[in-house]
Amino acid sequence: MSRPGSTQRALTCHEVVELVTDYLEGALADEARRRVEEHLSGCEGCTRYLAQMRDTIRLTGMLTEEQIPEEQKVALLDAFRGWAGG
Amino acid sequence: MRRVSDAVLASPADLALVERLRAGDEAAFMMLVEQHQAPMLRIARMYVSTQAAAEEVVSEAWVGILKGLDRFAGRSSLRTWMYRIVANIAKTRGQRDGRTIPFSSLEGGDDGVDPEWFQSAAERSPGGWRTHPEDWRGIPEERLEGRETLERIGRAIDDLPPMQAEVLRLRDVLGWSSEEVRNALDLSETNQRVLLHRARSRVRRALHEYLFEEQDR
Repeated sequence: MSRPGSTQRALTCHEVVELVTDYLEGALADEARRRVEEHLSGCEGCTRYLAQMRDTIRLTGMLTEEQIPEEQKVALLDAFRGWAGG
Repeated sequence: MRRVSDAVLASPADLALVERLRAGDEAAFMMLVEQHQAPMLRIARMYVSTQAAAEEVVSEAWVGILKGLDRFAGRSSLRTWMYRIVANIAKTRGQRDGRTIPFSSLEGGDDGVDPEWFQSAAERSPGGWRTHPEDWRGIPEERLEGRETLERIGRAIDDLPPMQAEVLRLRDVLGWSSEEVRNALDLSETNQRVLLHRARSRVRRALHEYLFEEQDR
């Protein structure tokens, strides 16, 4: 829908790049979200940037937690046995 | 002090796990340890000065968690409740040792986005890209998802300020919801998002530099 009364200028690429997380988190109000999407639809640079942020999140999700040393596990199991038995 | 809402309640799986723990199930306990020992140590380490102190805090926290299981009422997820116990013990210990809490601010480190990538006010389209970032779509999947790339991401996360790193790990490595992270780390909604944004921006940048510096050689 057109907004004849709106005087808001278009977002710049720099602004869109800084709004990317708010956008992905669904934290933007409808109007701000609409402005981001309007910008993305006409901007190859920002579209790439958004895709790269999504790739970064996906790849980060492929990492695994570090392993913990065996002696810590043994000590904690002892504590648990003490608790369960007591 | 802002009241942290416990919007995420304990899941049926949480409640079942608590039952198994109360019944003395060692396998259930060890599974919990495997999942949470490393993040709990990192959280403790944010508040205390040494790794040894962090280990003591976490040992004490496990005892507190076991003792508190009978009182666990399911008003938050189990892991949120556990991490708050760790953070509370670590804060007390840190204060006793005279350590100031390092992240009352948002930790700076706002350099994942370089203003130089964009045109200045004096140029033709202020705030527009000078040149578009190189496209990742040309990079073969084996390389993008390869061990070396993932190691590079791991190093980029290690280089982040501690709170940014932890928010990113909980959200993007472990897949927690934003509410759980806010509750576990006692952050406002906005601060959680700002920390996440800075962390992801820096990791993306590190990854981009790695992917394209290699290609130019």
